[in-house]
Amino acid sequence: MVPLSWYLALAAALFCVGLYGVLARKNAVAILMSIELMLNAVNINLVAFWHYLTPQVPSGQMFTIIVLTVAAAEAAVGLALIISIYRRRSTVVAEEIDLMKW
Amino acid sequence: MTPTDFNAILPILVLAGYGCVLLLVDLLVPEHRKRITAWLALLGLAAAALGHVAWPAGGRLVAFGGMLVADGYALFFNLLFLGSAALTVLLAFNYLPRTGLERGEFYVLLLFTVLGMMLMGQAADLIVVFLALELLSIPLYILSGLARSRPSSEEAALKYFLLGAFSSAFLVYGIALVYGATGSTNLELVLAAANGGNPRLALLLAGVGLVLVGLGFKVAAVPFHMWTPDVYDGAPSVVTAFMSVGAKAGGFAALLRIFVVAFPDLAGQWGFVAAVIAALTMILGNFAAIAQSNIKRMLAYSSIAHAGYILMGLAAASAAGASLREFAVGAALFYLAAYTVTNLGAWAVVMAVERADSGTASTGLNLSDYAGLGWRRPGLALAMALFMLSLTGVPPTIGFVGKFYVFRAALDAGYLWLALIGVLTSLASAYYYLRIVIIMYMQEGQPVTVSRPALNFAVAVTALATFLFGILPGPLMSAATNAVMGFAR
Repeated sequence: MVPLSWYLALAAALFCVGLYGVLARKNAVAILMSIELMLNAVNINLVAFWHYLTPQVPSGQMFTIIVLTVAAAEAAVGLALIISIYRRRSTVVAEEIDLMKW
Repeated sequence: MTPTDFNAILPILVLAGYGCVLLLVDLLVPEHRKRITAWLALLGLAAAALGHVAWPAGGRLVAFGGMLVADGYALFFNLLFLGSAALTVLLAFNYLPRTGLERGEFYVLLLFTVLGMMLMGQAADLIVVFLALELLSIPLYILSGLARSRPSSEEAALKYFLLGAFSSAFLVYGIALVYGATGSTNLELVLAAANGGNPRLALLLAGVGLVLVGLGFKVAAVPFHMWTPDVYDGAPSVVTAFMSVGAKAGGFAALLRIFVVAFPDLAGQWGFVAAVIAALTMILGNFAAIAQSNIKRMLAYSSIAHAGYILMGLAAASAAGASLREFAVGAALFYLAAYTVTNLGAWAVVMAVERADSGTASTGLNLSDYAGLGWRRPGLALAMALFMLSLTGVPPTIGFVGKFYVFRAALDAGYLWLALIGVLTSLASAYYYLRIVIIMYMQEGQPVTVSRPALNFAVAVTALATFLFGILPGPLMSAATNAVMGFAR
């Protein structure tokens, strides 16, 4: 059987890929996708912990479903904001959205 | 699930139902009569406040299998959130029509944000904390982009959204690690599992650190503050006013409960980290504020600095001894209330001076636009002077009492250096707060202001509270002390 630590390593790697994407990508849609990757890394963690540590209590699975739902709600609002910006400026590159200094 | 479970969430239930109904009722309200929606929103906030009568007086009600709790701590925060939302509705009353942003959705989204904040204060499970944080944040992302005709508002919304979603990923990763280390997400069970040498200490510490990062973003603590000035600057002023007090108080409601209830055994580790973050936040917030010439950006950095003072309360809550911890949490609660009252008042004055037609040369947002205000609008200027003194921490204002209590909590906990940094940065903050007072009274100018009943009422209420609780802090302090009774064990 695959040990728990392998799943944790996979989740940590996936989280770091997402983190790198958020920091390195310029396109707002790509940043949003990277954030989704980070949330999916969390889901792997949660399901692995649930399966190995507390399979008798469904809280880990429940949490995963809540994270998925919230991620969907977030993506809906985020994509709406990005479309609204694209209509005005014809760009979604984060560096060009710089009316205010960071 | 028992009937008493529903007693514990009655205020939340009332507000959730009311918000959904208001969304539909708003469709029947004609385009230029959106004030009706505002009045209805006020009614909903009052109904939610009344819902607290279902709570046991002075007791503690654990509901839904330990997911939610109704105690004095949650009551204090709920009333704080409902009160600040009611003041925000009053401010929006004239501001939205004046700036051409009047839409019924504003009030509905405001109610949903308050819902998230109340859930934050009542959460006794990390899953609920995450859910509450998102319920608080997602409507705020939309609200900060409310002025879609202004590119800066859109930009603020996108920045807030991207960084907010980024930070909640950290929070939820941290929660997952805590779950892995303790086998539970319930705060009481986490406490029991973390107690006495947890076998997966490294996992637990990593989780605690990531939770601190995630919530640190929300309350705008250094080094997770970089979104704050842009978002506060770009969002419509009325949204900024609410965001700067409500979202911060919501973040601290969860932060204080998680760290004091679930992780007292790791206080040696997180206490010092919180103290360092508090010191950095106070220093950077206050010194960056000095360089600003736009009042919205100045107040944004000021709100970062105040997050540092409240974090000082969190750092002090790592002290050994339950009574010291409770005093520190009580001091943080008092400071949050003081900051809420004063800051909402200051933003109300900003809205009175701000110009609606942003196309003109002056937006009414530069510090120089306040020149001569002391002679043109004596009452408004007096109130602004009072708010600035309170933010600096000068007696006889509520801000002074708040600072006094957090500094004492820090001293009792043995953080002498932190208290010293607090005093020194407060002195530095006098430079930029009092500069506004000097500009108002000493410089010549012809400020253009608006004077409307709802706005003036909000300024008067906050100014009165700032002054009265400054000379008689007793009732508010005992409310904060009662709220944390039996909180730390």
